[in-house]
Amino acid sequence: MDAATPILSVENVSKEFDVSAPWLNRVLEGKPKMFVRAVDEVSFSVPRGSCFSIVGESGCGKSTVARLVTGLYSCSAGDIHFGEGQGGRPVRVQMIFQDPHSSLNPRWRVGNIIAEPIREMKLRTGEAQIRARVEELLATVGLAADDADKFPHEFSGGQRQRVSIARALASEPELLVCDEPTSALDVSVQAQILNLMRRLQDELGLTYLFISHNLSVVRHMSDTIAVMYLGRIVEMAPAETLFNAPQHPYSRLLLGTIPDIHAPKRERELQSGEPPSPLNPPAGCTFNPRCPLANDRCRRDLPNLFAVGETSVRCHAVEEGRAQEMPSAG
Amino acid sequence: MTPAAASQRTGTDTMAARSAAPALEVSNLTVEFRTRRGTLTAIDDVSMRIAPGEILGVVGESGAGKSITGLAVLGLLEVPGRIAAGEIHVNGRRIDTLTEEQLTKVRGREMGAIFQDPLTALNPIFSIGAQLIETIRLHTDLSKEEARQRAIKLLREVGIPAPEERLDQYPHQFSGGMRQRVVIALALAAEPALIIADEPTTALDVSIQAQITALLRRLCDDHQTGIMLVTHDMGVIAETADRVAVMYSGRVVETGRVEDVIHDAQHPYTKGLMAAIPSLHERVDKLAQIDGSMPRLNARPPGCAFNARCPAAGPRCHRDKPVLVPAGRGEAACFLHDGGTE
Ligand SMILES: Nc1ncnc2c1ncn2[C@@H]1O[C@H](COP(=O)(O)OP(=O)(O)OP(=O)(O)O)[C@@H](O)[C@H]1O
Ligand SMILES: Nc1ncnc2c1ncn2[C@@H]1O[C@H](COP(=O)(O)OP(=O)(O)O)[C@@H](O)[C@H]1O
Ligand code: SF4
Ligand code: SF4
Ligand SMILES: [Mg+2]
Ligand SMILES: [Mg+2]
Repeated sequence: MDAATPILSVENVSKEFDVSAPWLNRVLEGKPKMFVRAVDEVSFSVPRGSCFSIVGESGCGKSTVARLVTGLYSCSAGDIHFGEGQGGRPVRVQMIFQDPHSSLNPRWRVGNIIAEPIREMKLRTGEAQIRARVEELLATVGLAADDADKFPHEFSGGQRQRVSIARALASEPELLVCDEPTSALDVSVQAQILNLMRRLQDELGLTYLFISHNLSVVRHMSDTIAVMYLGRIVEMAPAETLFNAPQHPYSRLLLGTIPDIHAPKRERELQSGEPPSPLNPPAGCTFNPRCPLANDRCRRDLPNLFAVGETSVRCHAVEEGRAQEMPSAG
Repeated sequence: MTPAAASQRTGTDTMAARSAAPALEVSNLTVEFRTRRGTLTAIDDVSMRIAPGEILGVVGESGAGKSITGLAVLGLLEVPGRIAAGEIHVNGRRIDTLTEEQLTKVRGREMGAIFQDPLTALNPIFSIGAQLIETIRLHTDLSKEEARQRAIKLLREVGIPAPEERLDQYPHQFSGGMRQRVVIALALAAEPALIIADEPTTALDVSIQAQITALLRRLCDDHQTGIMLVTHDMGVIAETADRVAVMYSGRVVETGRVEDVIHDAQHPYTKGLMAAIPSLHERVDKLAQIDGSMPRLNARPPGCAFNARCPAAGPRCHRDKPVLVPAGRGEAACFLHDGGTE
């Protein structure tokens, strides 16, 4: 295993969805075919054992990236490469979803749910060995051996998320793609699951592709963070750098608007606009209708990714050195 | 204000003096669900008060009883839920004893509601103008044209650009954030004394969430409306509410001013909750966590419902139920503040 080669590299990946009206309506109403570019030329790589996070508002393409990486969707353009897994075999990827309720089969006992990938992939032979492995996995995620005989509805939300993590671990993956894994959980339970995920990362050397709209959770988990807006990465930086010195006007807006219990912003009414429709994105930089720094160039040309120290940022103002003028959001 | 005076209000003289009566006063409210497997007590002896122009945040885990409290106040509990004990006064008037017909009048005129999903509050087949005008005319004596002017004024007030044109559009032509603004305009239509807002920003994106909470704050100040802001997000409470009531397993376990509860929590559950929120300012190796989860309604232990998760629990906590007593600058329901846990 070469520690330097990334476990995951995503290169210029795009995904288009056909969202046209049915053929007959199109012909009758004379409407063209319509596509939505859910992911637009996204590139990033994830070093082994690290946590790479994607943040952004609803519909910006986070889950689509997750599904492309896990192979649930195929890329419209670009490539996804994986490094080597244990013993030189291909990297195994598993996914953890937001809602552990709908991702677990309600009619199966938890022991069977966790054993399925073990049987399927023939990772253990004989029922006794499989049962022993299931109990080991339950212990790993902080559940009891006899929980194997219960059904998903007998567990709380947090415990069900532990079950989905145990099932994901059953196939001995190196990369876990986690799409909003704690968004359905209460704060006190969220802390349990985040602590568990961090512990597993240390103990098993896991790599995470972590998706969340909750910036404080992302800060807690990540080494590197990518901010997406309307299908594109607009800023990518080490977690600390992004939080301490956000560059892109959209990142600054996001960081400036998250509610903060330690520094509440009570006297401010923001007029920060809303994301445009992905069906009909604005020309130039897609953030320009909401951006206090937008000028004619922004309304005409799409900015390229530009490096500022360890940060990559897609913004004309940053590149032209006029981003300091932005009225502070925080 | 007497009911007669309220019915004469035209809605245009918005700042007309509100009486000194609290916008909401809930005393010893108990809500039960009678099911085949026995009676479940969802709300157990809850009291709270909201002054005119005050925002009370109600926070707690899912299932703690936040929404049921709001629905009970609105008179919208569905069978088998029912108010088993207690009293509810809105703007000085007792409402839990009213008939459904009387209640329908009070709701809308004295109480507005904002829920998580704005689509459920809007009728897809009518323009938003039609819905606003109908609501305004139902509760005031305004003519159709006056009501239209008031609808435009309301939309402008909640931050909808070009309201004259948007009036004739339908809910699906609005974004999620804009729809929630329309719902807020509807809730305000009759200048109610009290608004119940149940997770009004949970379905919205962060940048839009901040716009909506700031809007609620401003409207509450301008109109002296009392707002009950139900949410599981302590950050939203910190930025919006004046006081907060923390609910756990059907009871209020702590109440106080927002800054006090955040920086100087008195109840062990609130303390744990505050410590479990990941910080935006520093990264720690391990978050403080409260082990276990909130007991289900049919599995509440005797004594304090938090006893199985509480690091400070003593024998008394397994025997008796703590009630709210003065603690710090607020109140907490915990024996640590009431004679000890032995
Ligand atoms: N199967 C699909 N068919 C058509 N359009 C889709 C499909 N999946 C996603 N999209 C569109 O692609 C865009 C990105 O969606 P995606 O689910 O990746 O967003 P997201 O960032 O995960 O949002 P959220 O935070 O709401 O989960 C959206 O405009 C969405 O409507
Ligand atoms: N129709 C019902 N029948 C039985 N129990 C119910 C019903 N509706 C709600 N409950 C219970 O009442 C409690 C409080 O619910 P709710 O007020 O919705 O919680 P939240 O704090 O999440 O808003 C929960 O334990 C819930 O399961
Ligand atoms: S490119 Fe222009 S519009 Fe886009 S974020 Fe930068 S300054 Fe704003
Ligand atoms: S009453 Fe006892 S169990 Fe309940 S919170 Fe206080 S110390 Fe803990
Ligand atoms: Mg998603
Ligand atoms: Mg609720």
